[in-house]
Amino acid sequence: MHSLRLIKVAGKSIVKNKMRTLLTMLGIIIGVGAVIVMVAIGEGAQSQIENQIKNLGTNMLVITPGTSNAGGVNQGASSFNRLNIDDSEKIRNESAFIAGVSPVVFTRTQIVGGTGNWRSTIHGVTTEYVTIRDWELTSGRFFDASEERTGKKVIVLGATIAENLFPNGDAVGTRVLVRNVPMDVIGVLEKKGQTPDGNDQDDVALAPVLTVQRRLSNWTFIRQILANTYSPDDIDEAQVELRAIMRESHGLAEWEPDDFEIKNQDQLSEAAQGTTEVMTMLLAAIASISLLVGGIGIMNIMLVSVTERTREIGIRMAIGARGADVLTQFLIESIVMSILGGAIGVAIGVGGANLLGTTMGWNTVVNSQTVMIALIFSGAVGIFFGFYPARKAAALNPIDALRFE
Amino acid sequence: MSEKRAVIKVREIRKTYQMGKTKVHALQGVDFTVLQGELVAIMGASGSGKSTLMNIIGGLDYPTSGSYVLDDIEISKLGKNDLADIRNQKIGFVFQGFNLLARTSALENTELPLLYDRSNRIKKHREAARRSLERVGLGDRADHHPNELSGGQQQRVAIARALVTNPALVLADEPTGNLDSRTTVEVMKLFQELNDEGVTIILVTHEDEVARYAKRIVELRDGKIIRDVPQEPDSAADDLAELVARGADDPTIEELETADAD
Ligand SMILES: Nc1ncnc2c1ncn2[C@@H]1O[C@H](COP(=O)(O)OP(=O)(O)OP(=O)(O)O)[C@@H](O)[C@H]1O
Ligand SMILES: [Mg+2]
Repeated sequence: MHSLRLIKVAGKSIVKNKMRTLLTMLGIIIGVGAVIVMVAIGEGAQSQIENQIKNLGTNMLVITPGTSNAGGVNQGASSFNRLNIDDSEKIRNESAFIAGVSPVVFTRTQIVGGTGNWRSTIHGVTTEYVTIRDWELTSGRFFDASEERTGKKVIVLGATIAENLFPNGDAVGTRVLVRNVPMDVIGVLEKKGQTPDGNDQDDVALAPVLTVQRRLSNWTFIRQILANTYSPDDIDEAQVELRAIMRESHGLAEWEPDDFEIKNQDQLSEAAQGTTEVMTMLLAAIASISLLVGGIGIMNIMLVSVTERTREIGIRMAIGARGADVLTQFLIESIVMSILGGAIGVAIGVGGANLLGTTMGWNTVVNSQTVMIALIFSGAVGIFFGFYPARKAAALNPIDALRFE
Repeated sequence: MSEKRAVIKVREIRKTYQMGKTKVHALQGVDFTVLQGELVAIMGASGSGKSTLMNIIGGLDYPTSGSYVLDDIEISKLGKNDLADIRNQKIGFVFQGFNLLARTSALENTELPLLYDRSNRIKKHREAARRSLERVGLGDRADHHPNELSGGQQQRVAIARALVTNPALVLADEPTGNLDSRTTVEVMKLFQELNDEGVTIILVTHEDEVARYAKRIVELRDGKIIRDVPQEPDSAADDLAELVARGADDPTIEELETADAD
């Protein structure tokens, strides 16, 4: 077939002029490489946040203090914290869909014991917390309902704390000091490892919520209430039910808006995605500019090449090439070069993204969709920026082209 | 001669170039016919219109007026694409400066016109190109690139390229202009051999030493034919044999002529 032969001619021309080919492709290689790396970083951040939210479990609901409209002025979230233990108790007693519920209070403080001391975060929770989070214990036990109710001075250590304070693994049964309060270590949590961004999920300790509120912290408000349903299918009904219970618990009149927010996993990740998507798009936009510059580079070199190759074009026309043949040849050359450049750019981009992952510990995700789009885009760049030089070549008059020195 | 078909018929061809406000009349009514199997030398002083005429005959340019029939096809009215196909299928062009593609082997250069042949008369391109190279005596140089060949060899590759499509007509504009005298004789010997095989050839030269190998001389002056005569051609093969016998490395034409005079 005729056009098949022209593809061969274009291929030969590309191979025979390696330096020119490389220079032409350089812009595209860098452009596509940059796009791949940038998008990989953006998507990496996105998937990391998604993973963190997914780790919460699909049947989980999170209640946080909502916006309060005092005197018609929006005070913003948490401006008036109105979550309390009673809310959580009411949910536990009245809800039909909720399997477990736990308020969460945080305090960040020093834990003294074993080989020294360790600064960490202590979560005040209920017995159901580990079931909701689906956390396991490697040794000892979790506190029970009576310990929770009476606010016993017991503590369960995360793996990191246990490893640092008790390198020999003999944490359970010892006593640690938290804010000068002696607390019995009754269990050690299973190691969950780092989050992709380097957050240590094991650098936490759990204690009964009452203990934390009364003995360790004067901060009695509850930051959030975690609850899980029996089944992921119940999420929607549970959300409706929880809202009703919460409104009743807070004694809200019909006309008053919610002073709390209930979010399920999807809603949480949606909120998080919004921000990371903007970041990904921004990175992609920056990288696309370099791809555009690469395209202009192709046009530049193809234009120079038309001038430089005027004689060649004249020879081809003199022996019977039509304008369309010359146009096709030049167009194929620029398309092949830009797709080839795109492929090399993809390889470099993927390599670069992996390198960032291994050396810098960044979470990068290259998905096939990005690669496809980058390749299609670089092909389009080849057509778009190759067309003008190709048409210029095709419009040459054979005699003038032959006379060209 | 009576049964020979006309390959080209040129009638009242004029070509006028517009140079700013002045007009240059490069051709001012040229009439001539070339029959199959002729070997014509077009002569004339510089600027007399030889190249202009060759470009029109070769389908590289349009005449300003007049009629030009090649192989019974009226060329002067054809569109650009049809003209490209005519150049491809009916004409083999040989240039003074060889005009081979650099970084491309002799074989690939020879094959090039077949790439643009939409008639698909010739199926096996490689073989046709190889045969054509063998015909000009360069079968053993097929893989050489132009910069690895002498001037005479490059011109022979160009002739092989011109022949590969079996054209009705081979045109050569000063084909020996860049060659030394011995290589000139070699190339003219090749043209004479091809002509003996039946190839119709028109060449442009301003050297009598080249023109004497043609069967017919057409002389141009100021864009008009002032002389059109048949002649008994000298044999380039004989001249070359004599050169070889004398063992001359690079004899000048003058030496050759004094030898002839003996
Ligand atoms: N593209 C052009 N534009 C303007 N004038 C031209 C052009 N081409 C040729 N001419 C003029 O036409 C006339 C004939 O030129 P042509 O090239 O045919 O001469 P020639 O016989 O081939 O000369 P030479 O032996 O030097 O090659 C000259 O006066 C030349 O200046
Ligand atoms: Mg000339």
